[in-house]
Amino acid sequence: MTEPLLAVRGLCKSFGGIAATDNVDLDITPGEIHAIIGPNGAGKTTLINVLSGLLPSDAGTIHFDHANITRASAPARCRRGLARSFQITSIFRNVSALDNVALAVQSAAGHSFRLWRPARRDPALRGPARALLERVGLADRATVMAGNLAHGEQRQLEIAIVLATRPKMLLLDEPMAGMGIEESERLLHFLRELKEQYTMLLIEHDMDAVFALADRITVLVYGRVIATGTPQEIRANPDVRRAYLGDEAAA
Amino acid sequence: MTVETPATVPQSPRLTTRLRDARTSVALLLLAIAAITPVAAPALGQPFYVDVTARIMIWAIAATSLNLILGYGGMVSFGHAVYLGIAGYTVGILAFDNITNGFIQWPLALLICGLIALVFGAISLRTKGVYFIMITLAFAQMLFFLGISVEKYGSDDGLLIFTRSEFDFGFAELDLSDATTLYYVIWILLIGSVYLSHRIVNSRFGMVIQGAMANETRMQAIGVPTYRYRLTAFVISGMMCGVAGLLSANFERFISPDVMNWPRSGELIVMVVLGGMGTLFGPILGSVAFLLLSEILSTWTEHWHLIFGPFLVLVVLFARGGLSGILDRLTGRADR
Repeated sequence: MTEPLLAVRGLCKSFGGIAATDNVDLDITPGEIHAIIGPNGAGKTTLINVLSGLLPSDAGTIHFDHANITRASAPARCRRGLARSFQITSIFRNVSALDNVALAVQSAAGHSFRLWRPARRDPALRGPARALLERVGLADRATVMAGNLAHGEQRQLEIAIVLATRPKMLLLDEPMAGMGIEESERLLHFLRELKEQYTMLLIEHDMDAVFALADRITVLVYGRVIATGTPQEIRANPDVRRAYLGDEAAA
Repeated sequence: MTVETPATVPQSPRLTTRLRDARTSVALLLLAIAAITPVAAPALGQPFYVDVTARIMIWAIAATSLNLILGYGGMVSFGHAVYLGIAGYTVGILAFDNITNGFIQWPLALLICGLIALVFGAISLRTKGVYFIMITLAFAQMLFFLGISVEKYGSDDGLLIFTRSEFDFGFAELDLSDATTLYYVIWILLIGSVYLSHRIVNSRFGMVIQGAMANETRMQAIGVPTYRYRLTAFVISGMMCGVAGLLSANFERFISPDVMNWPRSGELIVMVVLGGMGTLFGPILGSVAFLLLSEILSTWTEHWHLIFGPFLVLVVLFARGGLSGILDRLTGRADR
C-alpha cells in the first residue's frame, strides 16, 4: 500500500460545544480523487477550513507530504502544495481575471519583496497566468474585471487560481456550486483531466458528479466519518443509505 | 470595496497612458504651478503664496505616504502624523545640540521613523478594523504626550530650530537657509514620493498589499503570509511621512508636539479621502483642496469649519473616489 499524501488522525474542531469535526481519520493516497459527502451541516466545509489552515484544529494531527502540518499556517500549507478552492467564490473582484491568476503565480514564484519592477508587465507572471486561463477556458476573458465575470466563469477562475499555486493536492469545496448543467458537465470533464496531475479532495453536492469522479468516498454526518469506501461500497452501505442517501439511493 | 467598474480593466497603466486622464493632468498642472510659484507669486504681488504652496507640498508628501497604506493597503492609521513629529524632533533636537549636518540628521530621522513604525506596526497590525484605528491613535498620542512632557526640548511650547539642516558636498553646498532652495528641495521630494509610490503599488509587493486589502483570506490561501508585507508597507509609509516631517521642521524652523497630535492625523486621513483613496495623485489633490480651502475660508470667517465640514460630507457622499473620482467622471472615465 502506498503511503498516503494526506493523513488525518483524530481531527477535532468544535464551535462552542458543537463538534463540527469529530475525531476524523482520513487517508488520501496520491493520485486519487476522494470525495466527501454528507447532509447539510455535516461539517464538510469546516473540515476543508481546518485542513487548509484557515481554522485551527482543537485536537488531532494532519500530515501532508511527509510533514506534520497540524500547526502550519494557511500560507505555509499552500506553499507545501496543499491548495484550496472556496465554495463561495473567493477572487479579487476589482482586478482583471488575468491579474487574479498572476497574483497566485507570483505567490508560487517565491517571496514578493520586489518593490520596483512593474508586476503587470512581468512576462514570468503574465505568461503562466495566461496559459492557466486558457486551460480553464477563460483565455478570451483575461482582461475582464473578475467581479464582472459570469458566475460560472468565476468558478473557472477560482480553479485557475488554485492551479496557479503549483499544488500537489487540491481541496475543492463544491467546485460546481451554482453552475448550470452544461457548465457542470464541462467542469466534470476538466476535473477528470486534472486527475492525471493532482490528488484531489472534493466536496460536492452533485451526487452524479461524485459517483462519476471519485475513486473513494467518505461520508460525514454530524462531523463524524460514518463510512469510507469505493462508490460501490458506499452505495451499498446500509448506514449511508439510512443516514444520507435516503430516497436518492433507493431510486 | 464595491466600486462601479467598467467591463474591462486597462492593463499595465504606464505613466504615458495615464497622462490622458483628467486627474493626472490636473495633478501635473498643479505640480507645474508649484514649480513656478516662487517666481510667479511675488511677481503677482502675492509672495505669501510661496509659503502656502511649500506647506501644501509638505502635507502632500505626508498624505501620499498615508495613501500608500490607507488607500492601497486598507490600513486606516489614525496616528500617522506621529512620524511628522518624530522626524521633526530628530532634526530639532540634533540642531539644539549643535548637530546641524543634514547627512546625519536626515538619515537618522528616517531610521528612527522606520524603527518606530516597525514597533507600532508589528503590534497594531495584529488587529483589524476599529481596533487598528484605536491602537495607532494610542501609540501616536503616547509620543504626543512624551513631547509635551520633555521640558528640555520645549514641552508644549515647542522647539525653535535656529539652523536648518546643512548639506556640504565638499565641492558644493546645498543651502537650505535659502528659501528658494528649500522650496525646490520640497518640490523634488514630493515628486520623488509620488514616483516611489507609483513604483511600489505596481510592483509585486504592491500587488500583494492591494490583494490583502481586497481579499485577505484568498491571499492567505494562495500562500502569501500577508502580515510581513503589510508591516513592510507600514514601515515604508512611516519613513516617507518622516520625509515630510523633517522638511516641515526645516521649513518652519520650529517643531512642537502639536504636529503629532491626533487632529493632524485626522487631517491627513481627510486629505487622502478627499483626494481619492488608492489613486496616485489623489493625496496631492486632497492636500491642495484641504489647505487652500481652509486658508481661504479662514480669511472669510473664523467659523470656517462650518463651511468646510458640510463640503467634506458632500464630497464623501456624492463623489466616491473623492476629487479624483469627480475629475474622472467629468471626463467620462469611470476608472476607480
